[in-house]
Amino acid sequence: MAEVRLENITKLFGGHIIGLKDFSLQVKNGEFVTILGPSGSGKSTALRIIAGLEHPDKGNIFIDEVNVNKHLPQERDVAFVFQSYALYPHMDVYENIAVGLRIKGCCKAEIQKRVQEVTGLLEIGKLLKRKPKALSGGQRQRVALARAIAKRPKVFLLDEPLSNLDASLRERMRTELKMLFNKLKATVIYVTHDQTEAMSLSDKIALINNGMLKQVGLPDELYYQPKDLFVASFLGSPPINTLEADIIGENALMCGKICLNISSDYRLKLKNKNKVILGLRPEDIKVYLEPKENTYLAQLILIERIGKYTILSLNWQGQILKAITERDFIGQHKRDSIWFQFDMNKLYLFDKETLNTI
Amino acid sequence: MSIKNAPAYRQSNKKYRLAPLDSKHLTGLARIFFCLAIISMVVFNLAPFLWQFFSSLKNSKELYLVPVTYIPAKVSLTAYEKVISNPLFLRYFLNSVIVSIFTTFVTLSLASFAGYALSRLKLKFKTALQFLLLLACLFPQIIFLVPLYELMARFSLISKPLALVLPYVTFSLPLAIWMMTRFFLTIPKEIEEQAMVDGFKRLAILRKIILPLSWPALATTAILIFIGPFAWNEFLFSLSFMIKDTSKTVPVGIALLSGTSMYEIPWSQICAACVLTTLPLVLFVIIFERKIIEGLTRGAVKG
Amino acid sequence: MKKEGRYISRTLENMSKNLSEQRFGLFLILPSFFILALIALYPILRNLVLSFMEQGRFVGFSNFSTLFQDERFRSVLINTAIFCLISVPLELILGLTFALVLHQKFFGRGFARAVSFLPWALPTAVMAVAWKWIFNDTYGVFNDILLRLHLIKEPLAWLGRPNLAFFCIVLAEVWKCTPFVTVIILAGLQTIPLELYEAIRVDGANSWQRFRLITLPLLKPAILVALIFRSIQAFGVFDSIWVLTGGGPGGSTEPISLYIYDTVFRYLKFNYAASMVCFSFIFFLLFILIIYLTFSRRQIEY
Repeated sequence: MAEVRLENITKLFGGHIIGLKDFSLQVKNGEFVTILGPSGSGKSTALRIIAGLEHPDKGNIFIDEVNVNKHLPQERDVAFVFQSYALYPHMDVYENIAVGLRIKGCCKAEIQKRVQEVTGLLEIGKLLKRKPKALSGGQRQRVALARAIAKRPKVFLLDEPLSNLDASLRERMRTELKMLFNKLKATVIYVTHDQTEAMSLSDKIALINNGMLKQVGLPDELYYQPKDLFVASFLGSPPINTLEADIIGENALMCGKICLNISSDYRLKLKNKNKVILGLRPEDIKVYLEPKENTYLAQLILIERIGKYTILSLNWQGQILKAITERDFIGQHKRDSIWFQFDMNKLYLFDKETLNTI
Repeated sequence: MSIKNAPAYRQSNKKYRLAPLDSKHLTGLARIFFCLAIISMVVFNLAPFLWQFFSSLKNSKELYLVPVTYIPAKVSLTAYEKVISNPLFLRYFLNSVIVSIFTTFVTLSLASFAGYALSRLKLKFKTALQFLLLLACLFPQIIFLVPLYELMARFSLISKPLALVLPYVTFSLPLAIWMMTRFFLTIPKEIEEQAMVDGFKRLAILRKIILPLSWPALATTAILIFIGPFAWNEFLFSLSFMIKDTSKTVPVGIALLSGTSMYEIPWSQICAACVLTTLPLVLFVIIFERKIIEGLTRGAVKG
Repeated sequence: MKKEGRYISRTLENMSKNLSEQRFGLFLILPSFFILALIALYPILRNLVLSFMEQGRFVGFSNFSTLFQDERFRSVLINTAIFCLISVPLELILGLTFALVLHQKFFGRGFARAVSFLPWALPTAVMAVAWKWIFNDTYGVFNDILLRLHLIKEPLAWLGRPNLAFFCIVLAEVWKCTPFVTVIILAGLQTIPLELYEAIRVDGANSWQRFRLITLPLLKPAILVALIFRSIQAFGVFDSIWVLTGGGPGGSTEPISLYIYDTVFRYLKFNYAASMVCFSFIFFLLFILIIYLTFSRRQIEY
């Protein structure tokens, strides 16, 4: 296992379309790092650059402190698992796993040993003689993983390996993947757009948007200490509620018609600003059926029953807020009004222009 | 009344997979007309070959009967015996076989390589190659005749098989490269990238991954080259470059037999020779029809 | 769609960045490139050179001036033009009809398709010999059928009379080349989405309207491709006419390619033949240009 370092990688497509801009990332030995971001944000590009399938315009890649910029993919000793698994259609499962090992120079006995090891680990021992077209999506994925693991590479690179699976299989595989890579103590760089996957699997998350790194850190760090509005709204489902507010006086905010008092810590940071964006996570909103102390009145527009919890959409002063409540909070009766309350300490404040957290 | 009972829907449901010419009201009449169309089409295309076939089975007396008999009263294979025992005809046949097989093999090899490169996009030389391919497939053979003859003469290739294989390969390349390129484009690039990460060298990727996957396309292309206008069937270059009698190919042999003879033309032998030359092709086309037609029509219209 | 665009640009980036991969690509293309340059490009250029020479000496335009005064050349040009003007439209119409029939699903479609493709797969010269036998004035089956149907009173010398011979060569060519058109149009038919037919049927169109409003317009590219290729190929027709009539009777069926062939192999006038080829070549280029301009403009209006 090895450590990987990307230094100031810039990649342009067609001369001007930004793939990555000044992207730097450090992955320690044995770490599971996820590059998370929306479609087209450059995460796959970053992964492919590490593998050698793309060349950066600027910047360096280091695997185990060796600069591999000029190395071909064949020479980098990495394993890449594609979203579509890329199994060789004309070879059976055994061959698919063995062919990379044969090129590496392993002898027949060693190949057999490794294949058995890896198929046992992933429980695909019975599929060895089958061709890819005779396998289900989940089975193909396991074969792709087996192939990668058998190689014993320095780094595992996975490009959205779970996207092609249906929802229930995806959840199961997620758990399996985590256990698998824990056991192997492997260095893994994982790419996905699904924040639940990223949060549950990774030691570290690197959030990327428009080719630029937004924030790197532990999942909890990104969730509770987002650097800017993008990070805050990307993580969390349903996403964070945003409200606009004006700053009036020394320690008060005007949100619509409601005046909020804010603590003195914020006061200093708000000195030069007039407007601010408030962020409120749905789980931090407490909802009541009757007015209580310190609650605000809102109109209930939509109830989404997810199963384990219920999402309420509230209309407050013309803005839509989403709140999470227990499953049976709202009965079958139609309700128009609802009262809610939030903890001022759990409020996030974002600068209106830069969208950075204050 | 539900929509499913409406006549239009019912009609369309039954035959909505049929495209332009199915009519709504005159089903009976239109169907008869359609059957007639199919029959006339089949008869039109098959007739000359069938006639040759039946003629070849008649003995010489019946062949020259007037009015003509359609199905031979007595099947006689003497014409075939004469043709097969004619060493010159066998020589022609052999020449055709050798030239055609060589052409097919060389064209396939060149086309696979070029098709692979083209499908992965190259800059400058791609357009140059495509220009040359267009030249080769757009203009009729006669344009190339004079200088090619000169060229073959200069390299003493006249009456040698290479004189035919070279132009045949050249003019078969456009179609072959087109087919292989189209096919290679359907192979996901990720398989090759996986092979790269697995450690395969570039040529090895082509040999061990791409080509094994390409058997259907290779087979179809081989068939198309062989039955195309530049292998078995070619006439002009063979007539012009193969002067020595023992180097000629079958189409030239048969044509010369039927034209320049001062004596009475041996029609029964000619018919037999025609059938022997074309029957393998006929069977070939009927057996591999699906492969051929689908290989040509799947995908967008050329150009 | 975005992913596709990135896929192609990725490939481009990959290829152009890595020099050794470029060299590999070149290695793959070079053999084809070389053989095409030698056999396809060189002759065209050499023709141009040859037409301005005579027996190794440069003679300027003298070959061309002879050409313009050559009566036989004029007549073969006319023959060829008439031949193309008759056979190509026939092939287009027939090919279109066949393609429409073969596009439907019916029992025995595979066999019908195979049979319709057959003429293209059989050697032109060999089948021309077959046609020769069919058109034989005494023993030919063509005369026999016509006599039996009482369409003629006595056997006709099909290959012996100019107009009849012309009919024969047109028939042989149309028979041979219609499959080419059929396949191209079949391919075009398959690109027409079925939903369009369903939609216009819901709008109440009958078969003829469906054909006119959907099939025909959407087939225009295919028809155009077939038209261009067939016109040029028909202009260069050689095999079937050499066998059937040899250009006779009296040169009435002689196409330009036959005259060029004779000039080379019978009269041994290479340079004169080269000038004829040059003339034809320029003719082709003009033809392609005209067609391209006419139809590409129409496409824009569309």
